[in-house]
Amino acid sequence: MSEEYNRGYLDMELLRFTTAGSVDDGKSTLIGRLLYDSKAIFEDQMEAIEKASLKTGDGEVNLALLTDGLRAEREQGITIDVAYRYFATPKRKFIIADTPGHVQYTRNMVTGASTANVALILIDARHGVIEQTLRHSYIASLLQIPHIIVCINKMDLVDYKEEVFENIKSDFDRISTKLDVHDIRFVPISAKLGDNVVDRSKNMDWYDGPTLMYLLENIHIASDINHNDTRFPVQHVIRPMKEEYHDYRGYAGRIEGGVFHVGDKVKVLPSSLSSKIKSIDVLEGHVEEAFAPQSVALSLEDDIDISRGNLIIKDNGLPKSGQDIEMMICWFDEKPMMLGGKYTMKHTTNDLRCVIRDVKYKINVNTLDHDKEDKKIGLNDIAKISIKTTKPLYFDSYIKNRNTGSVILIDEATNNTVAAGMII
Amino acid sequence: MDNKYRINHLRELESESIYVIREVVAQFENPCMLFSGGKDSIIMFHLARKAFWPARVPFPLMHIDTGHNFQETLDFRDKLMKETETKLIVRYVQDSIDQGKVVDETGVNASRNLLQTTTLLDGIEAMKFDCAMGGGRRDEEKARAKERFFSHRDEFGQWDPKNQRPELWNIFNGRKHMGEHFRVFPISNWTEMDVWQYILLENIPIPNLYFSHEREVVDRDGTILAAGEYVTLKEGEIPVKRIVRFRTIGDMTCTGAVESTANSLEEIIEEVASTRITERGGRYDDKRSEAAMEDRKKEGYF
Repeated sequence: MSEEYNRGYLDMELLRFTTAGSVDDGKSTLIGRLLYDSKAIFEDQMEAIEKASLKTGDGEVNLALLTDGLRAEREQGITIDVAYRYFATPKRKFIIADTPGHVQYTRNMVTGASTANVALILIDARHGVIEQTLRHSYIASLLQIPHIIVCINKMDLVDYKEEVFENIKSDFDRISTKLDVHDIRFVPISAKLGDNVVDRSKNMDWYDGPTLMYLLENIHIASDINHNDTRFPVQHVIRPMKEEYHDYRGYAGRIEGGVFHVGDKVKVLPSSLSSKIKSIDVLEGHVEEAFAPQSVALSLEDDIDISRGNLIIKDNGLPKSGQDIEMMICWFDEKPMMLGGKYTMKHTTNDLRCVIRDVKYKINVNTLDHDKEDKKIGLNDIAKISIKTTKPLYFDSYIKNRNTGSVILIDEATNNTVAAGMII
Repeated sequence: MDNKYRINHLRELESESIYVIREVVAQFENPCMLFSGGKDSIIMFHLARKAFWPARVPFPLMHIDTGHNFQETLDFRDKLMKETETKLIVRYVQDSIDQGKVVDETGVNASRNLLQTTTLLDGIEAMKFDCAMGGGRRDEEKARAKERFFSHRDEFGQWDPKNQRPELWNIFNGRKHMGEHFRVFPISNWTEMDVWQYILLENIPIPNLYFSHEREVVDRDGTILAAGEYVTLKEGEIPVKRIVRFRTIGDMTCTGAVESTANSLEEIIEEVASTRITERGGRYDDKRSEAAMEDRKKEGYF
């Protein structure tokens, strides 16, 4: 694989980040600025925005229109759903999960945060740390986004004063002690005028830290993946109906943790049967090793019974197992959660059923207080619950592995995804 | 890149897409993959081959043929299907017209692009497909930016953008009631640039239409259309020979070419990097109204 990296533009990493906020924070302007300054906005898109701006009578070109894709959103001037945006610099390709910031869209923020490496949190320099700052930071922490960049925006409206920046920074440091985040950076910016977004500001000599773009391009993300504990949930069994591969069984899946080598001794859960890796197969070829997050097919030395939902691991770093599970959930559905109700649950490549046993507490997302009395969980609520599954589950705590520690709950009548769960 | 266990952006996108395609096969009973012969469906098919190798791709491909295709595309398609021993189903828009289900547009801007929706939905129903994978990408158009990987369709094949299932981590919910189906977009997160870089990285064959060539064209409101039997000339329009290439390959009546001398994948990548017009900018069908794509998608378009 190494020769791929000798070819300039192929030496690029993928970074996913999420932005939560409202138009008032300048979120759309910031995204517009990043896209525009990295040349990801095209002439015809710009023309379309100019045309649409005229229609709404905004006077100036409204970059928010670039991110509001659905007709209802454009008409009402709000972002309803998660929208994905793309841009690239010579160093990285970026995927932005752009989500609305109001409390009634908590579920959208949670969705956008689930795959992000970095969370951008916007603070209006004039208003400082407010209720929604805490909410957005809490969601980033709950979903274990490894890095947070706090953008203190609209610095131009506070005369680029260092004091304003420092005060907000220490306010944020105070709330972050309540959160489980390890890497927080602060950048004073003006998204509208471009200060410290892509180009260094000429108005804030007192700030000698990196620009936002520099952080996005350089923040170290390779260690965010768990390369110690091997996890290979089997997705599908490949059985070629071809003469030359008569006895071949390939276990297809994506590696969710660790590194696998040809010759490694492996164990299959739940059967606990052991074997060795015979080959790691990719299109018209084989590789000697594979690691998260690669999609591969493994073949084993022994013919043992393996099917979708099984977990292949090496002997070190065993997962947890059990049927009584505690987790944090965010409720997504209009129909409230039924205490004692049964739901279908998806965990890695497993489908099973579970029953909701108890609500331990509900989180007030604006204060982070725990409410142990209120057991009613409805749309956008975040709570700690306990469940029992119909069969033993092999899992990790979400903090250890985001993909083997997460589940979704499905309403069996409507088939809707009604909750996201992060196993404790 | 210093870290040993790192993969570049193309390999990460590849891994994600393969995962999605395998989920389709695991979660649905009778899926298919839509194939147009364009570069997006070519790489999607390439990813499907990777996902199941050394087995053959375990589902058929379906081509909705408007009858206005470039012959080069059809030849390319047939050769690829033969080489990879893949089953191809072709459904014709002409059949839907003959059955009186849709009416062919007439006049100078006539296009069968919109008519494809009926043929597509009929095809899905007739073949009893419960999932159709498509090569749509979120960077193509703003209504697509909010599309899920697993996109639920009601029994009329319609998309309800306000009632989409949340999609988290890599867990996909493909549950449905009888009569409903799913559209799945395995290359949602790819951009035009990613597609070209990947074609180069993997050395994937594509139709010659994508490379620079001389062709008779007409310039209509800034869109360069190939002059041919399916494009009705406006009064005063005279086809001229120009050096062009296509950035997308679709129905001849609405697929615009660009003037270009890019003759190799490297040159195309350079051109894409410096160009200031999106690839759908050359699509006459998107220019009809600001929400053209959203409207078509709600009705069941690709």
